[in-house]
Amino acid sequence: MKLKQTIGTSKITPYVFIFPFIASFLIFYLYPIISTFIMGFQLVYPGQVEFIGLENYRKLNNPEFKVALLNSFRYTIYTLLLLIPLPLVLSVWLNSGNRTINSIYRSILYVPTLISVVVAGTIMRLLFASSNRGIINTLAIALGAEPRQWLLGGPSQAMILLLILALWRWVGVNIIYFLSGLQAIPDELYEAANIDGASGFQKFWRITIPLVKNTTIFVTTISIFGGLAMFEESYILWSGTASPNNAGLTIVGYLYKKGFQEGEMGMTSAIGIVLLFIVFTLNTTFLKTFGFFESEGRQR
Amino acid sequence: MKRFLLLMVLITCMIGMVFAAGSKEQTAAPKEGTELTFWTFQDLHMDFYKTMAKLWNEQNPDRKIIFKPEVLPFQDMHTKLLVSLQAGTGAPDMVDIEIGKFPNFMKGDIQLASLNDVIDPVRDKFITARLDIYSKDGQNYGLPFHVGASVIFYNVEILKAAGVNPYAIKTWDDFLQMGKIVKAKTGKPMATVEVNGQWSFWPMIAQQGSDFVDADGNVILDNATNVKTLQYLKDLLNSGAAIAAPGGNHHAEEYYGFMNDGGAAAMWMPMWYMNRFTDYMPDLSKKILILPMPRWTADGKRSAGMGGTGTAVTKQAKDIQLAKDFLMFAKGSEEGNLRIWEDLGFDPPRWDVWDNPRMNAPNKFTNYYVNDDIFGMLLGIKDEINSVNVKDRLPAVIDRVSSSVMIQALQQQNKSPAEALKEGADLSR
Repeated sequence: MKLKQTIGTSKITPYVFIFPFIASFLIFYLYPIISTFIMGFQLVYPGQVEFIGLENYRKLNNPEFKVALLNSFRYTIYTLLLLIPLPLVLSVWLNSGNRTINSIYRSILYVPTLISVVVAGTIMRLLFASSNRGIINTLAIALGAEPRQWLLGGPSQAMILLLILALWRWVGVNIIYFLSGLQAIPDELYEAANIDGASGFQKFWRITIPLVKNTTIFVTTISIFGGLAMFEESYILWSGTASPNNAGLTIVGYLYKKGFQEGEMGMTSAIGIVLLFIVFTLNTTFLKTFGFFESEGRQR
Repeated sequence: MKRFLLLMVLITCMIGMVFAAGSKEQTAAPKEGTELTFWTFQDLHMDFYKTMAKLWNEQNPDRKIIFKPEVLPFQDMHTKLLVSLQAGTGAPDMVDIEIGKFPNFMKGDIQLASLNDVIDPVRDKFITARLDIYSKDGQNYGLPFHVGASVIFYNVEILKAAGVNPYAIKTWDDFLQMGKIVKAKTGKPMATVEVNGQWSFWPMIAQQGSDFVDADGNVILDNATNVKTLQYLKDLLNSGAAIAAPGGNHHAEEYYGFMNDGGAAAMWMPMWYMNRFTDYMPDLSKKILILPMPRWTADGKRSAGMGGTGTAVTKQAKDIQLAKDFLMFAKGSEEGNLRIWEDLGFDPPRWDVWDNPRMNAPNKFTNYYVNDDIFGMLLGIKDEINSVNVKDRLPAVIDRVSSSVMIQALQQQNKSPAEALKEGADLSR
């Protein structure tokens, strides 16, 4: 009876309910983060672990890691430039006009998202295969151009391939986010604008964009993280081998290479911490600049 | 009534399931013996071990094994192995480790079992250089599959069309000259070169006694011999006599298709590439001639032993001694070495089988290739097979060579061979 009362009290009950989450957070998130942090200062080989201070971070000062950083940043910036405006415009277009046709277009644009990166990457790799029978090379020959070794081209060619893949795959998801944002905008605003004689562009610029701001901030935040954490795309595109001239080497790609292909777990942890630091700083700065925290505070 | 029907359906299903389970158990009834798990990245290797496991069980009825092999993609397998050895659990009993990856497993407390006790009784029958590549501090951790002598594969049909006699190609200079003739007469390139891999470059420098790392483990990637050799490859490509291998390397899907269609007249690889031709390029049957590589100088060597894969026993094996004995039986015994030749087409690492009559008997390789006596050709160059050094820095060097150096110097040609090699060497030091 007494036990039942104690459990039933408002003091303990909440803790019982949140226990599963807290436990999984402690075991699967907090513990790995702390131990990654510690391993960043260690040399970790099977059965042989020793503290080596900042050696792992010092070793990160190498041209390859710089290439990885540069690639990740370039990829992130380009994906932001492509994957924010394009889905926004597309979703505005899909939000107007004939509903049935739009829902067909919507599904078509969304389908690539359902395909795994590995499958999409493999398809890309075969499309751009360097033999004269690869689809893209066949097209090139038909159009009178020289067939190319697409995947072995320079860094810009590699970046373009990665961006095509990203665009094809992620436009659908972002459209869904923007559509939900658009649907929250009351129709009255547009009606009022119509009465005032606003043009289509004015409505888009003065009403739509400001009112999907929160959605845009959200999409940008996850895109920054997604861009910096990109790995599978380039890994699959060059079928697991190192990309030519490190054209597709990203931060996480470098982490994977060091840790799982060369067995340098200490250095890998250091890379992980650097990535965490970069993403954390970028995203908090970004969110602060756009007053995301403040507006939330004011609402309460 | 409806409920009764539902109940009947349910019961029928359950009975069915019980029977299904029972019958499955019967077919998969465990034979007696110790389970032995094995990972590899080459399905041809797996087939070989399966045959040897069967043979072992016939000869050792009191120490039977239940052989459980698994084939994984190349990078994935090494990754998975590294992680499971690091974690101390999840590794197989026996595993194939590729030469370029081997030093990664020699770090810290080595998680592979030393094979010295099983090798020692027959050590003098092995080409010891092949054992040394999978060793550290006098302990052998891997058994080799082959000598891996590098050879050149000629497509005689294309050469005939161009009027070029492959036997007349003695040096690499000849090769370049003949290459130009082939290109001019047939429009097809003489050779393909790996620009996203190390297998075109490595045998060529090893032939001349050079290497990626020296015997003490120092990176010597940018030495004069290597610069000269890379320049040769560049000239070969720029003259039109060779092209970059479609897909970048000789193991790409597009490459097999390209060669199978008679894409190029020649390519050089270690001997173990023989089974890639038979298995992946069936249309070239009776068109491929295997010869020693051209020489660099009049008295230069015509081959280099590149090795390839060492099989190791992990310390996580359930019965380490049994795994070691089986491995030795499969790869180290006379019978095993003969079958390495017959089934896989590898040049076996035990020299005492080389004059066995079975080495000259017809098999699927002699049926495929133009040569009558492939192994006889190999015996002719057995004193010209230089070895390579497998040391700590090797994986790092190979990584740079295949990802940057070849691309920069050969494909994009935005750096001179000397610059590209220097940069790659500095990065891996």
